[in-house]
Amino acid sequence: MTSPTAANIAAGCAAPDQSAPLPASVDLQKETVITGVVRTAEGELVGGAYVRLLDSSGEFTAEVVTSPEGVFRFFAAPGSWTLRALSRFGNGELAVDAARGVNEVALGVATV
Amino acid sequence: MSRDTALVSADWAEQNLETPGIVFVEVDEDTTAYDGGHIPGAIKIDWKQDLQDPVRRDFVNQEQFSALLSERGISNDDTVILYGGNNNWFAAYAYWYFKLYGHESVKLLDGGRKKWELDARTYTKDVPSREKTNYQAKAPDLEIRAFRDEVVQAIGVKNLVDVRSPDEFAGRLLAPAHLPQEQSQRAGHIPTAISVPWSKAANEDGTFKSDEELAKIYGDAGLDGSKDTIAYCRIGERSSHSWFVLKELLGHENVKNYDGSWTEYGSLIGVPIALGDEPGKA
Repeated sequence: MTSPTAANIAAGCAAPDQSAPLPASVDLQKETVITGVVRTAEGELVGGAYVRLLDSSGEFTAEVVTSPEGVFRFFAAPGSWTLRALSRFGNGELAVDAARGVNEVALGVATV
Repeated sequence: MSRDTALVSADWAEQNLETPGIVFVEVDEDTTAYDGGHIPGAIKIDWKQDLQDPVRRDFVNQEQFSALLSERGISNDDTVILYGGNNNWFAAYAYWYFKLYGHESVKLLDGGRKKWELDARTYTKDVPSREKTNYQAKAPDLEIRAFRDEVVQAIGVKNLVDVRSPDEFAGRLLAPAHLPQEQSQRAGHIPTAISVPWSKAANEDGTFKSDEELAKIYGDAGLDGSKDTIAYCRIGERSSHSWFVLKELLGHENVKNYDGSWTEYGSLIGVPIALGDEPGKA
């Protein structure tokens, strides 16, 4: 899998490899990173889940697919966000108050 | 164009995987998804490797497109069914290319990889082999492609539809929130553009909303049906998704995709830019 170098970020809009380390070019003094894993109620990591970031009005902002280890990552801005996950194993939702730097969260999914 | 001619359902696709004359094509920027499993019989097109010029900032020309499709075994009279990840962004982008180069029969798979995955339908890792063809692309149809000068002249005159997220529109973010934010261009939007995020046109499972819902979304946002329309985003793939909705599903007449989009416009010297949530003045 290609790593998210500056070149391929500039080229496209697809989400980079979610489990790759943060690129060295990412300045954590400036970026607001929201990252975490998706798990089932039994604690199993969920790869291939669709995680979307919704803004404070509930509007869709971005979506990524979790890595095989269940990892997702967004580059947002400080403020209130909602994470929502869809998967074969059910859905889940979580409110996040993000600050500059890395914000780590855990997102559970379950069938209703 | 309409939903019946431009779109197929996952059920229809599953029943037509082996129908002669129908070619399934997965299109993505990152084709590792294809390599890990794809719809049985589908071939892949890599949005970056196959569809972008390797040197100039532009996409493949008529000859390059002909050579690509010949090499992949697609002929002019095949029906091409496109699908991909990212809610079909890159598949919609490829659809726009196929239309630009005059392919007769091309459709999108509603929901793309996402619906296929959430429905837990079958994937395979088998890569099909197709015999080479002698594909002949037509001259590009520039009625569906906008360039920067036309976009600047469209301010206050045509419908400009910004399909990025509200925060990108307002200038609070420079890129979609799954990407790092540091970019060379200025933030904001083209003055008088209305904000209709591409995502409003899609259901959570990646399928398109109904024609009635779609017409209401654009009507409520202030799209004037009597005017020509130009859609843009950051690099032109999310706006292909919205171009598809306006032109192919809702059947609006003159709709162009500005593939230079914000990465070009936001880097131009001297053009007007609006900040904040309102369209702004011409």
